[in-house]
Amino acid sequence: MKIHNFEQFEEQITKNQDIFKEEVKDNKKVILICGDSGCVANNSLKLKEKFDLLINQKNLQDRFLVKLTGCFGFCSKGPFVKIMPDNVTYHKVKEQDIFEIFESHLLNNVIVERLLYNKTKDISLIDFYNKQKKIALDGCGVIDPHKIEECFAIKGYTALKRCLSSLTSLQVIEEVSESGLRGRGGGGFPTGKKWLTAYNQQNEKKYVICNADEGDPGAFMDRAILEGNPHSVIEGMIIAGYAIGASKGYVYIRAEYPSAVKKLEKALEDAYEYGLLGQNIMGTNFSFDIEIRLGAGAFVCGEETALIASIEGKRGMPNAKPPYPAIKGLWGKPTIINNVETFANLPFILKEGGVERFKSVGTEKSKGTKVFALAGKVNNIGLVEVPMGTTLRELIYDIGGGIANDKEFKAIQTGGPSGGCLTKEDLDTPIDFDSLLAKGSMMGSGGIIVMDEDNCMIDVAKFYLKFICEESCGKCTPCRIGTTRMLELLEKISDGKGEESDLEELDKLAHYIKKASLCGLGQSAPNPVLSTLDKFKEEYLEHIKEHKCRAKVCKSLIKYHIIPEKCHKCGVCARFCPVYAISGTVGKEPFEIDPEKCIKCGLCMSNCAFKSIEKTTGGENND
Amino acid sequence: MISSKSKEEIYNIIEKRKNMETPLMMILSDIQNKFGYIDLEVQQIVAEALNIPVSEIYGVVTFYSYFSLKPKGKYVISTCFGTACYVKGTQGIIDEFCNKLKIKPGETTEDGLFSIDILRCVGACSLAPVVTVNGKIYPHVKIADVDKIIKEYKDKEVLMNENS
Amino acid sequence: MINIKINNKEYSFEEGLTILEACHKVNIDIPTLCHYKDLVQSGNCRVCLVEVKNNRNYVTACNNKIYEGMEIFTNTLEIIEARKKSLELIISNHSLECLNCSSNQNCELQALTKKLNVTERYHGQKTETTIDDLSGILTRDTSKCILCGRCIEMCKKVQGIGILDFENRGLKTIVAPVANKSFKDVPCTYCGQCTKVCPTGALTVKENIRDLLVALKEGKHVVVQTAPAIRAALGEEFDYPIGTNVEGKMVSALKQIGFSKVYDVNFGADLTIMEEATEFIERYTKKENLPMITSCCPGWINYAENYYPDLLNHLSTCKSPHMMEGAIIKSYYAEINNINKEDIVVVSIMPCSAKKEEKDRNDNDVDIVLTTVELANLIKLFGINFKDLEDEKFDNDLLGDFSGAGVIFGTTGGVMEAALRTAYYSLTNQEYEKISFENVRGSEGIKEASLNINGNEVNVAVVHSLSNASKVLDEIRNGTSKYDFIEVMACPLGCINGAGQPKITSSKLETKEKDNILFNTYKRAKALYDEDKKMNIRQSHNNPQIKELYSKYLQYPHSPKAHELLHTSYSKKDKKII
Repeated sequence: MKIHNFEQFEEQITKNQDIFKEEVKDNKKVILICGDSGCVANNSLKLKEKFDLLINQKNLQDRFLVKLTGCFGFCSKGPFVKIMPDNVTYHKVKEQDIFEIFESHLLNNVIVERLLYNKTKDISLIDFYNKQKKIALDGCGVIDPHKIEECFAIKGYTALKRCLSSLTSLQVIEEVSESGLRGRGGGGFPTGKKWLTAYNQQNEKKYVICNADEGDPGAFMDRAILEGNPHSVIEGMIIAGYAIGASKGYVYIRAEYPSAVKKLEKALEDAYEYGLLGQNIMGTNFSFDIEIRLGAGAFVCGEETALIASIEGKRGMPNAKPPYPAIKGLWGKPTIINNVETFANLPFILKEGGVERFKSVGTEKSKGTKVFALAGKVNNIGLVEVPMGTTLRELIYDIGGGIANDKEFKAIQTGGPSGGCLTKEDLDTPIDFDSLLAKGSMMGSGGIIVMDEDNCMIDVAKFYLKFICEESCGKCTPCRIGTTRMLELLEKISDGKGEESDLEELDKLAHYIKKASLCGLGQSAPNPVLSTLDKFKEEYLEHIKEHKCRAKVCKSLIKYHIIPEKCHKCGVCARFCPVYAISGTVGKEPFEIDPEKCIKCGLCMSNCAFKSIEKTTGGENND
Repeated sequence: MISSKSKEEIYNIIEKRKNMETPLMMILSDIQNKFGYIDLEVQQIVAEALNIPVSEIYGVVTFYSYFSLKPKGKYVISTCFGTACYVKGTQGIIDEFCNKLKIKPGETTEDGLFSIDILRCVGACSLAPVVTVNGKIYPHVKIADVDKIIKEYKDKEVLMNENS
Repeated sequence: MINIKINNKEYSFEEGLTILEACHKVNIDIPTLCHYKDLVQSGNCRVCLVEVKNNRNYVTACNNKIYEGMEIFTNTLEIIEARKKSLELIISNHSLECLNCSSNQNCELQALTKKLNVTERYHGQKTETTIDDLSGILTRDTSKCILCGRCIEMCKKVQGIGILDFENRGLKTIVAPVANKSFKDVPCTYCGQCTKVCPTGALTVKENIRDLLVALKEGKHVVVQTAPAIRAALGEEFDYPIGTNVEGKMVSALKQIGFSKVYDVNFGADLTIMEEATEFIERYTKKENLPMITSCCPGWINYAENYYPDLLNHLSTCKSPHMMEGAIIKSYYAEINNINKEDIVVVSIMPCSAKKEEKDRNDNDVDIVLTTVELANLIKLFGINFKDLEDEKFDNDLLGDFSGAGVIFGTTGGVMEAALRTAYYSLTNQEYEKISFENVRGSEGIKEASLNINGNEVNVAVVHSLSNASKVLDEIRNGTSKYDFIEVMACPLGCINGAGQPKITSSKLETKEKDNILFNTYKRAKALYDEDKKMNIRQSHNNPQIKELYSKYLQYPHSPKAHELLHTSYSKKDKKII
């Protein structure tokens, strides 16, 4: 199976071209189930088991094939079951639906209408997918990541072949520069420029590192790519190695992603077996190895120098730059570090004509697409890939289907703990590196959280800052102590003890921390505070002056209250109260909450069947 | 004291990884996965095998949240605290678990049955808020579900004790 | 050359300098806190911030190199504010118990807060405090630690041990031995070099002044002996320039404090040489347990017992000089003066923290060990105006004479040179003509020399700092060592730079000298070599009172009596931490 020259590689591509058609010839059907961690969490493996069981019982193995794929993207409507070649996709499939699909669709060709999303058989036609464009996610949800042959079927590794057979290292770098590709990890540094620096270093040993330590809470783009089509990342890394003159690559991936690690391991094995990794790739002089290194739960290790320290077996504490890793990186050798999505873009760019195709997507300074994990209070939660320049409005309303539960949109947060919150006024901002930065947020790695009226912006700022305090490596003063002092000021405000001068102090500390911190984590740590201070100052002032939390989140500023007229005197609330703060007589007296005892856990309210309990804040209903 | 069998397993892990450059993180991950914790005695073994000061290994173990110094409870309740889960109210759920089990995140109940972990994002944002117990996933958890989840495992224990 | 602008003024510098180094060269002061040349240049503390044109963020001067066309601003209002903020945050997580701190007025952080006019501004959560004083030698107080990491680098890189490291992360980060254990529960050598580089009072040498005051009060016969390195450094505590020999004033002060006798450990050093040179010649002739390694340095002994227990037979069995002298005081001296041994209290003034631990070994005769810094404090405590003191001489009865060979014990290479002077004489029956052995002098980490003594080729090495020691020890282990005799001192530069000596910090040095801490410390060695040069007697075997001691009491080197009093044994220590 080992590929010894370009011809043999082309043979493989040709041979596997019709692999999907082969599977469904003679009336055979293929059942595709999303095997991404998100859907697995929603029981999708059970669905496969159930199908297999039914098929085996009836001895129909030669007619039906059940396969697990990567992420379909539309996670909130998962798990998905797609029947090929009929191209019918069922959503929110539960274990008990399998029998019906099997009997009705598979055996009798009758579509199960009730499981269609919006009565649409071909799910790719719905709004959610309409405005998307797949480059980095190419193959995700289509191929079985365990089968490299299916990757060949979608022309996997042909960009590598093109590089090795017809481009010099420098030409590869030129094409990457020409494409305008910028780092997808958050910073947006031009990839070609980074590579060129490393290329120019005279050193026997150089390294390529893939940063898969996705630490932004609420983001899972990289994981989904690695689980959906790990070969695109592997191919990208090999190309990078060829371009800069490295013979070894490392994938630094979170140990918390066991499933992605497993799929990556399998993909690496396959690539070695076909000779796409290892000595003399496709018979050329170029050799490249890839090894997996596990991260162990430290957000700061997304920072390049900290990541390197971690691979080197040290505490993941960043080091001062310069020297930059491209000059002095892993074990002191020139090293390029790119993020998963960046690598996944390369096979597209480096195919014949890829540069032009890539450049045609996106805006002037931000080319191509960006993958986002869209989550929070939108209707459609999932993994999306949109052309750069798509507006936030399109993302939230057209793709995301608007705000869930008829609530009012309040803010959209991009860039994770390093980013900021944008408001209604910013909705027409095109998504690209520079526009988001100009608005006080940043692209980040791709986490997008939508917030509604029930989210308190002071609490949101607290959430991110707390995250930073916990994830600060502890090395430099501003980040280690400064962020804690900021958090304490925020806590003071959310406790209703804030003063107006605290806002000034927050602002001062924030600007100091931004400019004085050692690494990117500290330098961006105050962003969530600064952006909320800027866009939601009113809410801060309300907390301070009126002791009011309009979202009714800050515990010190809210009260739970039973509306006597609505109380059914059932006493359920009293039973749920963990601190016995509710008293009353069943059937006789309306129940009452003792505000002194109440710990504001909200259990009474969530358990009241008659919605007789309300939350108040800032002097509303202050009886 | 660790058993000689565990010791052997640790040596096997070290042996397997020893030839890669700077293998410390990989060895620690393997040990964490195998035993669920990395205590001082184990760190001492690794320190000697790799000729690294044990203080340095301890520094590494206490830096990364994935590593733990002590064994965790029989049932590890992991609450996702990614942003998507946060905006949908994870804090209340964590508070409720702590309240009910009378421990703080990162701690284990006295009977060794439960520990509460806070995870940074399990990547199942569409199911937010998410809680997992020993890998079993509970999607869209509400505060009122907390009691039920704890009870599920307490009942399981009772059943197991009766059977044995 | 690189052309840059600092505060709008143009300068040219050679390539490769940091902003800080460049500024120092032209006398521009930039405050630093965590920075320690050659040890820590990590930019942790964010005090040495400067502004650089076209740079979005502030830049740390300590670890950013200058480049052509760079424009640096070191004292804009904004940068002064930023530096202050860094300090304000540091002290918001710092114990402000300065009055109770043994580093009070000897603290780089304290000096800096004064210089930058910083007071307490933020209040809030602090890192949980651990205070470890269980060892009785070194004290660690995390509430005073600023996480500069100097001690970690010192212990790991310079001493090659790695007792200390960072633990936890974020605000919970501390510097500690493994699992925040006490020094007494980990294989620490007590060299105390960590305390020497600590900018605050987070790591200190435990004080024993109270013990001395009690002994004096009880009216005991208190005999004091001062190590050679003391005289070369004590003056710094009284504002004398580094490298001033204040022997006369020191003796005078000790007499005023009320010691019954004031002796010099140099006598003990001469005695050590008599025993050690004899031991060496014996081993060298028999080719037994070679190379022989000196045993004066207790930090080194602890290191050997913990980390190279298989090589303990290479160590000289000689006790260290002050222990020998203590043994003689409690035997010979006691007998002749007719004083009950139990009524004598022997006090050693040492440049060293490990000596405090050495006195607790089972065969000891020294009761109290004070450091140079403690002596200075004692002198101040007694209201003695040190600078105005008349020079006085050590007591000269019985144990008062000493040779130049004893004096140079205080610096790296000194013991070796002293031993060679006597060994040469023993083997050739004549004095070495040039007297001094220049090859073993200097601040180089590993020095070696080859001597032809009477047709015998003797190869010697002198190493200081334990990481250098481990290099020559590994050679012995591998069987590739070419040496016959090795001197090991645990501290870089030897005793002159021991943990009991006054700290030399960059803040005490002139702007242009700030990056030359070791170079400045080595000035102390020069004070000792100068004294040696001036002495009439330069070899231990020519010390008349040593001769008398042997003829009247010990008989001859390595006599049974000498063995009983002056030699010791070593044992393997279990360095396991659990």
